[in-house]
Amino acid sequence: MTKFSHEKFEKNSILLLVGILVVVAIGGLVEIVPLFLVKSTIEKVEGMRPYTPLELEGRQIYVREGCYVCHSQMIRSLRAEVERYGHYSLAAESMYDHPFQWGSRRTGPDLARVGGKYSDDWHRVHMDDPRAVVPESIMPGYPFLAKTPLNYNDLVARLKANRMAGVPYTDEMIAAAEEDLKAQSDPDADWDGLLERYPGAVTRDFDGNPEMISEFDALVAYLQMLGTLVDYDVFEPEADGNQR
Amino acid sequence: MDYHQVAQFSETWGLVILLSMFLGGVVYALWPSNKSKFDQAAMLPLDDDAEAQQ
Amino acid sequence: MSETLSAGSPTGGSTPLMRYAALGTSLLATLFGLLWALNAADTGMAIHGWIFTLASALSLGYLAMNLNPTKANPFEEVDQGYNFSVVRFGAVASVFWGVVGFLVGLVIALQLAAPALNFDWPFTNFGRLRPLHTSAVIFAFGGNVLLCTSFYTVQRTCRTRLAGNLAPWFVFWGYQLFIVLAATGYVLGISQGKEYAEPEWYVDLWLTVVWVVYLLVFLGTLMKRKEPHIYVGNWFFLAFIVTVAMLHLVNNMTIPLSLTSSSSVIVWAGVQDAMVQWWYGHNAVGFFLTAGFLGIMYYFVPKRAGRPVYSYRLSIIHFWSLIFLYIWAGPHHLHYTALPDWAQTLGMVFSVMLWMPSWGGMINGLMTLSGAWDKLRTDPVIRMLVVSVAFYGMSTFEGPVMSIKAVNSLSHYTDWTIGHVHSGALGWVGFVSFGALYCLVPWVWGRERLYSIKMVSWHFWIATIGIVLYICSMWVAGIMQGLMWRTYNSLGFLEYSFAETVAAMNPYYWIRALGGLLFVIGSLIMAYNIYKTIRGDLREEDLPTGQIAAA
Repeated sequence: MTKFSHEKFEKNSILLLVGILVVVAIGGLVEIVPLFLVKSTIEKVEGMRPYTPLELEGRQIYVREGCYVCHSQMIRSLRAEVERYGHYSLAAESMYDHPFQWGSRRTGPDLARVGGKYSDDWHRVHMDDPRAVVPESIMPGYPFLAKTPLNYNDLVARLKANRMAGVPYTDEMIAAAEEDLKAQSDPDADWDGLLERYPGAVTRDFDGNPEMISEFDALVAYLQMLGTLVDYDVFEPEADGNQR
Repeated sequence: MDYHQVAQFSETWGLVILLSMFLGGVVYALWPSNKSKFDQAAMLPLDDDAEAQQ
Repeated sequence: MSETLSAGSPTGGSTPLMRYAALGTSLLATLFGLLWALNAADTGMAIHGWIFTLASALSLGYLAMNLNPTKANPFEEVDQGYNFSVVRFGAVASVFWGVVGFLVGLVIALQLAAPALNFDWPFTNFGRLRPLHTSAVIFAFGGNVLLCTSFYTVQRTCRTRLAGNLAPWFVFWGYQLFIVLAATGYVLGISQGKEYAEPEWYVDLWLTVVWVVYLLVFLGTLMKRKEPHIYVGNWFFLAFIVTVAMLHLVNNMTIPLSLTSSSSVIVWAGVQDAMVQWWYGHNAVGFFLTAGFLGIMYYFVPKRAGRPVYSYRLSIIHFWSLIFLYIWAGPHHLHYTALPDWAQTLGMVFSVMLWMPSWGGMINGLMTLSGAWDKLRTDPVIRMLVVSVAFYGMSTFEGPVMSIKAVNSLSHYTDWTIGHVHSGALGWVGFVSFGALYCLVPWVWGRERLYSIKMVSWHFWIATIGIVLYICSMWVAGIMQGLMWRTYNSLGFLEYSFAETVAAMNPYYWIRALGGLLFVIGSLIMAYNIYKTIRGDLREEDLPTGQIAAA
């Protein structure tokens, strides 16, 4: 047996390559594949919906500016975290997140449930100069967001790509995407269609500037809905499918 | 597929397969007749002053 | 023959047919780049289109002027038929990107201590510069070190010239283009939002092409080797190349918004994306920053010490158990999150087991010195290599400890993690790279020894003090902040607001930045020393006997 075995690895480079591939494939397969196959990986919850067009564009700004390098969006199931940030995060709450933004470092606080915690005015001052509202803050300022018009040329393509990746955007949602984006930050718009397609969407002029839809509008529309969708009055953590 | 099926497989066959892979590797590395081969290979970085052969 | 005469130039050794094929490919690439730049859907893509066009045009111009290489290889005597030209380029690129990456690291460390340094300008904010730092040190510095040392090691231990003539050059220059595209992208705000995998879909595709050619060059060299055995260092290099390819492909599966858009949507979502990301992320550490650099250790430590590796048997067990176990460790980045418990537990158990092969490697590296410990005193290059292995041992002990759920509940999300990463990155990856470069530069430029051995000593001590300041301040800062987050007052409420925990970190951020500054100074000393060595200068120094023998 020994005459055969390892000598070949040492002498045959292709065999060595295949051996390496097999050995390194095992761990990944065992840990990743069941996450798609085992049904209880993602809980069944009430209230999750895809992002509205404005929220989705805002999320893109969150990604572009690298917010995830300092802010997590994952409240762990530990007492001190739940008391500081709210109910621990569920897998279902990021089921439409491409990519996930759980983060790895809290240079700033967790944002998983930041939605509704602060007013738009607070965000306006805070983005302009974080130390104006939180003297200890070490966050960079983002004064340019409110001054930059949101570029949403790629909106329909982004919704379609998300649908391809599994987010349940309907044809109707895609057809109404631009209209919905404009309506969400326009206080005078008719919101019925938007709210029917995206229940619970926050609708108002986030930057207080009716002249334009800014990057700030999009980003804050996203921040103000974070962690607000799941109805925790009807969620049963002890239920069978929710025990993982 | 549910969690229990996956767990049962890993606790039985999974354990046996991985353990035997490991033992196979250790036995090979320690097998006495392989020693001279390893000693030869270990010298590769040290007597490499020859010219490249095409 | 002109082939051997010109073996030192990029087009040397190749056949005319290959040179014309490369010329044609460059022409096509230039036209493709133009088309791409002119039709870009957004500014970022247009800029990248122009960068690609410029790079292809440069390659076109170079090839056109060197279709008939006649220039003699000035390093013919050094090269002895090997292709060391690409190794020389890689060594210079390593030093250059190293200094750049460390400097950006210093800048962002200072931003955390003094936030005014962000200038509140999109291109200079921490969120965009931090990926620039991580990519510059891991992929630009680390990647170039791995390229040049793997190309050197595989040729030497196989006793044959690198496979391909133009292909290694494509790997080198193609990889530099990848770095430039990735780095400019971050500053412009092009990011797919996955840590250590920020480059967008088209940059990922380009890297895939470069990486496949790298694998073919490496494998091709192994296949035409003139030795019966494949040396263990090459196994580690091969495992690094193959596994990084696998990780890169799976983690970057994206749907571009369009063929001319710089933006894409990743196919994985939420909890599955988290698992795939940290399977990738942890193994970028395991295979890029560990396996690859262990390949360096297995060649350069025995070579510099002049004795074979302590136990070749141990290296076999070390190799297979390390690559098998590492791949499982990813979920320890996701303890107590929405990832199912079974996956968290697997991640923890395998991370703890990983301690054993890691220390197997450390013992193998350190004990290679047994019987030659005096070299630690006389040769600062050996000292650097040995201390790197000691740092490796330290961080591979700390890692398993931090992967234990109870410890992780405190350490996660804090600067303890940052300190841990840097004890590995500065201590292990940095020092083993510096040691290897200090060996390699005199070898491939045919110099008697380095310009100055004393400067290596200075580099060693300054950088070591820098590392100690860095990791100690991050231990204190991280553990302090973790404890503050979970402190309750006598009424049962949380004692500290988040902002108070941020304020408490400030002194430690200054100490960390000072540590980083020392590390940068060390790297500048190295850059000067290597520059003088390449020029062929020798500084007059009183050297303890026996020191220059290894050069």
